[in-house]
Amino acid sequence: MAEILVLVDHVDGTVRKPTLELLTLARRLGEPSAVYLGPGADTATDVLGTYGAQKVYVVDAPDVAEHLVTPAVDALTQIAASSGPAAVLLPSSLDGKEIAARLAVRLEAGLITDAVDITADEDGRPVTEQSVFAATYQVTAHVTEGVPVITVKPNATAPEPAPATPVVEKVDVTFDPAATATRVLSRTPRVGGDRPELTEADIVVSGGRGVNGAENFAVIERLADALGAAVGASRAAVDAGWYPHSHQVGQTGTQVSPQLYIAAGISGAIQHRAGMQTSKTIVAVNKDADAPIFELADYGVVGDLFKVLPQLAEEIDRRRG
Amino acid sequence: MKIVVCVKHVPDATADRTFTEDGTTDRDAVDSVLSELDEYAVEQALRITESGVDAEVTYLTVGPDDAKDALRKALAMGGDRAIHVSDDDIQGSDALGTSLVLAKAIERHGFDLVVCGMASTDGSMGVVPAMLAERLGVPAVTHLDELAISIEDGSVTGRREGESATVRVQGTLPAVVSVTDRSGDARYPSFKGIMAAKKKPVETLDLADLDIEPEWTGRSAARSAVDTAAKRPPRAKGEIVADEGAGGVGLAAFLTAKKFA
Ligand SMILES: Cc1cc2nc3c(=O)[nH]c(=O)nc-3n(C[C@H](O)[C@H](O)[C@H](O)COP(=O)(O)OP(=O)(O)OC[C@H]3O[C@@H](n4cnc5c(N)ncnc54)[C@H](O)[C@@H]3O)c2cc1C
Ligand SMILES: Cc1cc2nc3c(=O)[nH]c(=O)nc-3n(C[C@H](O)[C@H](O)[C@H](O)COP(=O)(O)OP(=O)(O)OC[C@H]3O[C@@H](n4cnc5c(N)ncnc54)[C@H](O)[C@@H]3O)c2cc1C
Repeated sequence: MAEILVLVDHVDGTVRKPTLELLTLARRLGEPSAVYLGPGADTATDVLGTYGAQKVYVVDAPDVAEHLVTPAVDALTQIAASSGPAAVLLPSSLDGKEIAARLAVRLEAGLITDAVDITADEDGRPVTEQSVFAATYQVTAHVTEGVPVITVKPNATAPEPAPATPVVEKVDVTFDPAATATRVLSRTPRVGGDRPELTEADIVVSGGRGVNGAENFAVIERLADALGAAVGASRAAVDAGWYPHSHQVGQTGTQVSPQLYIAAGISGAIQHRAGMQTSKTIVAVNKDADAPIFELADYGVVGDLFKVLPQLAEEIDRRRG
Repeated sequence: MKIVVCVKHVPDATADRTFTEDGTTDRDAVDSVLSELDEYAVEQALRITESGVDAEVTYLTVGPDDAKDALRKALAMGGDRAIHVSDDDIQGSDALGTSLVLAKAIERHGFDLVVCGMASTDGSMGVVPAMLAERLGVPAVTHLDELAISIEDGSVTGRREGESATVRVQGTLPAVVSVTDRSGDARYPSFKGIMAAKKKPVETLDLADLDIEPEWTGRSAARSAVDTAAKRPPRAKGEIVADEGAGGVGLAAFLTAKKFA
């Protein structure tokens, strides 16, 4: 059966959810082999196996931590050369896309980015689905030459276990000279709170300029917590310094596709829509009845968010008893 | 030093963009503009020259005839000269083909620093800068919110907001960088700038000038193909209610019916 390489996204051995989604998609195309860079593979192997990895290639060398992107490209190029995979899947993160870009050039292979789904055609080759032009178009595409290199957005599919006992293979990689690499001078991990991550959440509650102040974001957070949701923000709210950029939803922020998206005090500019309009259900709360966000809303309340949101949060708590 | 800024001419992102029958962007359907995110790349290049670094700024675009407009807009903001690569055989290129043409043009001109936007506003793949670095054999220091050049060290240093961490990164010059919309507001062209831009040199090149065989780029060389492109159906008209005191309770009922609460 065809081998499918999956680049593992992890933080010190803790595998991030998008990787489990990649393994799940990879099984539609062949047998997944995980490619794990850095220390901590021992802890990760179990979960990789649970989601169907038949093999785990482990590359552990100082280069991996000291340099950005290129060590992974070197590793994937060399593993691809010896294993002859039928596709390479990577997460659509900043690093994932950059690794994919360089890999496609080295392999002289077609690249598809930001797939929201992958299926196999009658010959088992990957067919991708993408949302383009600010998510106004749905496109299916395939790679016509070389090993398909595909980056996949988070939440493209639900991770499904398919337990396997992976063979672990240590790989010695020859790295490019450091002069062509990007050095990591420092890395400051963001302290995640107790709320779900934006890209992984089933429900997102976002606030915009209408929230009118950093301290008022407590109203958004209160509702998010009642629903078990992640918190998002428009660029206007982020630019004003009310909420961190890592929570920005939109073209130049994070693109989300949750089951439920609640936009409060957000007008619905095209750049914001680009990041949320593939959400299953959309709810808007805005005091301006003509706000374009209502064009997208399955349910909209024309009103003051400072009245509607607290009442909603309380009512949810009450219904839960 | 030589700075090359890559700017793309794209269909206006605020208009209704469509595809032609062969699955490529319909460039006739709507007006095209300088990709908004590339204005930040122009801005950063100009700020480098204004910070006392002795540099010449050249804009580079690959695209059809009217892509010149993007160069004029950039030149009106500042900078010295521009290169327009245009050839019928480039039409329909994938990211691999586009990056090949850009890289050849950059090599021909010479460079110490290539500045790109974080992503175009049409394809929005965000991969061309890394592909350029790969082809040019130099570091890629991308998605920077903040950027500094050190001539003494021959390096470029910046800050990027990754998914799980803020990372300070550094590459040796020559290098390719890309900057985000948080790197600093782009200036508006002044009237004087617009007039001056008309006199700045714009060189037009075709594939032969760059020693690129026609079959290396364009639709026939593309290594990926679009099978279908369908407009997402408009969302069904939702229920919009005015809050008359119980808007939150009504919304809760909707969410409960949908099993969210
Ligand atoms: C290159 C580029 C990239 C961009 N990328 C992004 C991006 O990634 N994400 C993004 O969001 N934007 C992005 N933008 C910005 C975008 O164009 C809009 O400016 C932004 O989305 C507006 O944010 P907003 O809706 O919060 O603010 P506004 O447009 O000012 O809307 C505020 C809304 O709040 C309502 N309101 C005010 N008070 C209340 C109240 N008490 N109760 C209820 N409603 C109230 C108002 O009626 C109004 O509709 C980008 C722009 C550019 C040029
Ligand atoms: C909707 C859509 C989907 C597409 N999907 C794919 C796909 O899956 N695979 C694929 O290989 N191609 C795809 N393409 C084609 C691809 O977008 C173009 O080949 C493009 O030239 C490179 O990608 P980009 O525009 O996404 O650039 P990005 O990588 O987003 O651009 C980043 C930066 O590179 C520079 N740059 C990019 N293009 C140019 C240019 N022509 N001139 C000057 N500077 C430039 C700019 O500084 C820009 O800010 C797609 C195009 C569209 C419109």
